Amino acid sequence: MSAEPEQAGGTMPTVDALAPATTADAVALPRRRTALQSAWRLLKTAPPTAWFGMLVLGAYFIVSIFAPLIAPYGEADIVGDQFAPWSSQFVFGTDQLGRDMLSRLIFGARNTIGIAVLTTAVSFSIGGTLGMLAAVLGGWVDQVLARLVDVLMAIPQLIFALVLLVIFGPSITNLILIIAVLDSTRVFRLTRAVAMNVVVQDFVEAARLQGEKIAWIMGREILPNILPPLVAEFGLRFCFVFLTIAALSFLGLGIQPPTADWGSMVRENSTLINYGDITPLLPAGAIALLTVAVNFVVDWFLHKTSGLKE
Amino acid sequence: MNAVIKTVMQRLGLGLITLFAVSIIIFSAVAMLPGDFAQAILGQAATPETVAAFDKQIGLDRPPVERYLHWIGGVLQGDFGDSFSSEGSLGGGHARTVISLIAPRLGNTLFLAGFAAIIAVPLSLGLGMLAALYRNSIFDRLINIVTLTSISVPEFFVAYILMLFLAVRWEVFYSLATVGPDTPLLERVSRCALPAMTLILVIVAHMMRMTRASIINLLASPYIETARLKGVSPSRIILRHALPNAWAPIATVIAVNLAYLVVGVVVVEVVFVYPGIGQLMVNSVSARDVPVVQACAMIFAVTYILLNLLADIVAIVTNPRLLHRR
Repeated sequence: MSAEPEQAGGTMPTVDALAPATTADAVALPRRRTALQSAWRLLKTAPPTAWFGMLVLGAYFIVSIFAPLIAPYGEADIVGDQFAPWSSQFVFGTDQLGRDMLSRLIFGARNTIGIAVLTTAVSFSIGGTLGMLAAVLGGWVDQVLARLVDVLMAIPQLIFALVLLVIFGPSITNLILIIAVLDSTRVFRLTRAVAMNVVVQDFVEAARLQGEKIAWIMGREILPNILPPLVAEFGLRFCFVFLTIAALSFLGLGIQPPTADWGSMVRENSTLINYGDITPLLPAGAIALLTVAVNFVVDWFLHKTSGLKE
Repeated sequence: MNAVIKTVMQRLGLGLITLFAVSIIIFSAVAMLPGDFAQAILGQAATPETVAAFDKQIGLDRPPVERYLHWIGGVLQGDFGDSFSSEGSLGGGHARTVISLIAPRLGNTLFLAGFAAIIAVPLSLGLGMLAALYRNSIFDRLINIVTLTSISVPEFFVAYILMLFLAVRWEVFYSLATVGPDTPLLERVSRCALPAMTLILVIVAHMMRMTRASIINLLASPYIETARLKGVSPSRIILRHALPNAWAPIATVIAVNLAYLVVGVVVVEVVFVYPGIGQLMVNSVSARDVPVVQACAMIFAVTYILLNLLADIVAIVTNPRLLHRR
């Protein structure tokens, strides 16, 4: 009974249990599966929507890693006429300056997704650390942080971001910091809520009495036990951050040219819509496809971990 | 009854404190401006005298508390100060007031948001309840996929798709929602059709999912099960047992989504070049016209807070546990 909370912090003893397959123990107990086997078992139960999501995510990942190898032209190279139609030379035509649309889409994957992942990571480091701190320390630290977050959350995020952007001016660093700080409020709330349940358990008390430092308690005792909900939240927050950045870039206040970015590509080429051309929808569709994919995967993950049968 | 009034008063007080804190945050925007801001606004050619005059004009020579009281006093009377970027304000001449920029556009935005809300609210509540009652049916699954997809795509994607198909390929609606102050109501409605449709599509998906979730949550509670097992008729279960407890979640769903509409309107207005305050705010951010951005942010934030406050009050007032206290 008492072993249960400790074990969650360490690594699972899968490897030792698997090696002597024919010992007496193995007969009595069902054989432990390797991580790969259980992952495959889990994947087999995944609904088609989750499969679709994972395939899309994999494809995006490969494209953004190998962007310079895949793209036929450079990110900001002017290679043809303005607004050239789709052809064998330029698969999706060219944009308002004569840059190859396909190449910019491919480089855009790298920039847009990279910046969103970075922002979400910063947001989680801020929100997660403060959330755990509030749970561990309690008292006035908790009160002050919680009230501050309440006030920050009372202003719509996009509006708040616009106010901060008018002060600091649009640049990629400002964008990442502003969105990360605003988004960390939600991470803070979740982390604090789940960490509260862990803080009251005996093993945390034991670590405290042992005289462990706060950083150790947060990183080694609490974090491993609150990881699953945080992972699911990471997916959802990523979607939200990604859409916010795309919206700001679309409004001309996010990622600045000549960096290829899907949001601003939609804006720059939006006049083509009036001629019935679907080219501006390609970057918008790329954004949509990615968030849909993440949502499908997270939806399944949540369903799995929460054990909801509905 | 006392308990209800007490809780409502507490919530109102909390709302006022939030409003106060939010106004301070938005106000501090000016205090946080980088030192060379006057230079940036006035251009490189500005002399030190013009910079000093500009600082004086926006009140940077006075202590922050005094400036805040002056500003908030003005805001309460509907005076948001002068716009930075309008002509004449730089040379000390006659500036356009922020309120003269905002007033006509605020009406337009409210019209668009109201138009979308009138259609979206009943539609999504109805669809959400149907999905909850027939959960796990084909209808429910289909709706789940469709709504999950549409909440995860950006608003401008929906907007451009509608524009491409309903205004360009088939010329059913106007692709740009240009309205003037004297546009007749009927024409205004038809010109706003596409932006309103975009907003409706996005918010119905959100609202429907939330309605479905809260109704399912409600129907799964033990007292509904008890009522069903003791043989109460389905209509009586819905009306007498479920509905009194359903007002709170429904009010929350509506308020959260109307608040969401407030934000969604910014992007949609830009896509359809609709003269509302969302578009004004975006333009003012580009022009770094701080007073206008402050005013717009204040309006959006106040709307957002009031809607949430309203939902909480409806939840308190309709709460059976507070109404029938023992």
